[in-house]
Amino acid sequence: MSRRKTERLLNLVICLLATRRPLSAEQIRHAVPGYDSGNDEAFQRMFERDKTELREIGIPVEVHRDPWEDEPGYRIVRQAYELPEITLEADEAAVLGLAAQVWQRANLAEAASGALLKLRAAGVETAELAEGPLELRVDTRDPAFPGLWEAVRDRRVVRFDYRAAASEVLMTRTVEPWGVVSRRGRWYLVGHDRERDAPRVFRLSRISGPVTPTGRPGAVTVPGGVDIRSMVGTRDSLVRERVATVRVRPGTCQGLRQAGAVRRGEDDWDVVTLDFADPEWLAGWVVGFAGDAEVLDPPDVRDAIIRRLKGALA
Amino acid sequence: MSSADRLPRLLALVPYLMSHPGAQVPEVAKLFGLTEKQLVDDLQLVWMCGLPGHTPGDLIDVSWDGGEILIDNAETIARPLRLGVDEASALLVALRMLAELPEFGEGDVLARVIAKLERAAGEGAAAVSSQVAFELDAAPDATATVREALRARRRVSLRYYVPGRDEVTPREVDPTRLVMVDGRHYLEGWCYRADGMRLFRLDRVMEVEVLGVPADPPAEAEPIDVTGGVFRPSPTDELVVLELTPTGRWVAEYYPCEEVTELGEGRLRVALRARDQGWIVRLALRLGDSGRVVSPGSLAERVREVAAQALSHYESVG
Repeated sequence: MSRRKTERLLNLVICLLATRRPLSAEQIRHAVPGYDSGNDEAFQRMFERDKTELREIGIPVEVHRDPWEDEPGYRIVRQAYELPEITLEADEAAVLGLAAQVWQRANLAEAASGALLKLRAAGVETAELAEGPLELRVDTRDPAFPGLWEAVRDRRVVRFDYRAAASEVLMTRTVEPWGVVSRRGRWYLVGHDRERDAPRVFRLSRISGPVTPTGRPGAVTVPGGVDIRSMVGTRDSLVRERVATVRVRPGTCQGLRQAGAVRRGEDDWDVVTLDFADPEWLAGWVVGFAGDAEVLDPPDVRDAIIRRLKGALA
Repeated sequence: MSSADRLPRLLALVPYLMSHPGAQVPEVAKLFGLTEKQLVDDLQLVWMCGLPGHTPGDLIDVSWDGGEILIDNAETIARPLRLGVDEASALLVALRMLAELPEFGEGDVLARVIAKLERAAGEGAAAVSSQVAFELDAAPDATATVREALRARRRVSLRYYVPGRDEVTPREVDPTRLVMVDGRHYLEGWCYRADGMRLFRLDRVMEVEVLGVPADPPAEAEPIDVTGGVFRPSPTDELVVLELTPTGRWVAEYYPCEEVTELGEGRLRVALRARDQGWIVRLALRLGDSGRVVSPGSLAERVREVAAQALSHYESVG
């Protein structure tokens, strides 16, 4: 944005805020420096663009259409524009600083610091950051995040290409977004999948390419009683109701020993018994100890390990 | 800051100067993320603006003689613009996450801030911020003890598991902070075994005890910068190339890769930095036929040797 344009926009904001009654485009043209040059058509185009830009940064430019006036009038209503009075106690200011810091390496960093700046401008003293005994960070490096944040915000249906876990193909999905949830550093979209006509959870890292909004803003309604966090959270909270027995070489497999109960075996090896839920998950872990661990039981975990070892050998 | 941000910045700068008469150029520049020259340029621009008419009496009056900024005749824009939906939501989402932490379990400070912010922001933000959420795992067992040590400023003794080396080692640590990155809890502190600042994942702390010794980290103990994430491979670590089938694609989601190439039909080639070869061998065994080491060749050979040796157990017994 050129300096001249910034100047013109700032003057326009002041002019529209200062006026008590709505001003016609023609009145604005005479009141705001920068509009005076050029012909009518150029002015109209410029004024339209300027209004759009003001609205994009959140300035509420109101349009008034009086039945007895030919031209619409414009103004900015002070109450709609101004940050309401806000004062924070010292402890409140401290947690606000901590909250802003959460996004420091994420897409929302700019929004968070923009908010802090406005609050400071209003006289709120927020604490300087990174001093306390607690620090929190969240990452949103998934390219799909900004598009989904906007879709959730604007309540719009989205379309994207998605590769389900272990799938060879990308499928286009159309989803009514209900929310985005972060769990263990990974982001998930929760929503209604239109093709499958059912609620679904999507991992953002498996979205390929752009997230395209379709349909009108405001079209999505989150059904009552939906708990987006529990929809993501229940996925791997399986009950560990099975028991495995693993032979381990003396002095090795600390991770396995910590996770279960250890006793001496018949030879000089030890035997660890541990609870598990998913045989594939357990096999993937134990196989990493290679020749230092051997699953004795159950057979499905043994087979899963043998399959992996043969696969690695091939 | 790009020039498109300039108008929003000016609309915050003017109210800031109105509410902080006599503010100094260097301090204001820092707060707004500007050089002093950029700030003065902003002030000059503001000084050219004002009410319609634009007679001297209509214009905003700014001076910065001796670095002390005074502003007058700017009542029209004396209050900042209200918070946008994204701005308010970003803060509200983060505040709601904080509310889940035991640190804030007692007391109502978060409820107070959230209420004030919602009032200042309007309804759009309140709705969005309940749709972006964090599902936090329960804090690991060690957390309570570590908190107590931080509060009492005491040294702790840990038994800490390092999966990369499959080792449990005893450590004495002077705790400095509790850090939560991407949903995981870490203790930051001065480790006397490593003689340096370290982050300890609390779910890998097997035992922890608060010692009767005051925590007294040496003067060179600097906070660890977690801005770029916790796991940061060094550029000197060995570059390993793997090929993955669709079943093995999760590797690219879990580990920071330097390069990811689609090979068609859902297959992937990734290049990642490995601090030690043992880790890659374990990963390759876990992948089985859903991934293989392409280079270095010696590592691929090592995977085959280890797999063959492990398989001999199963074949001799079975």
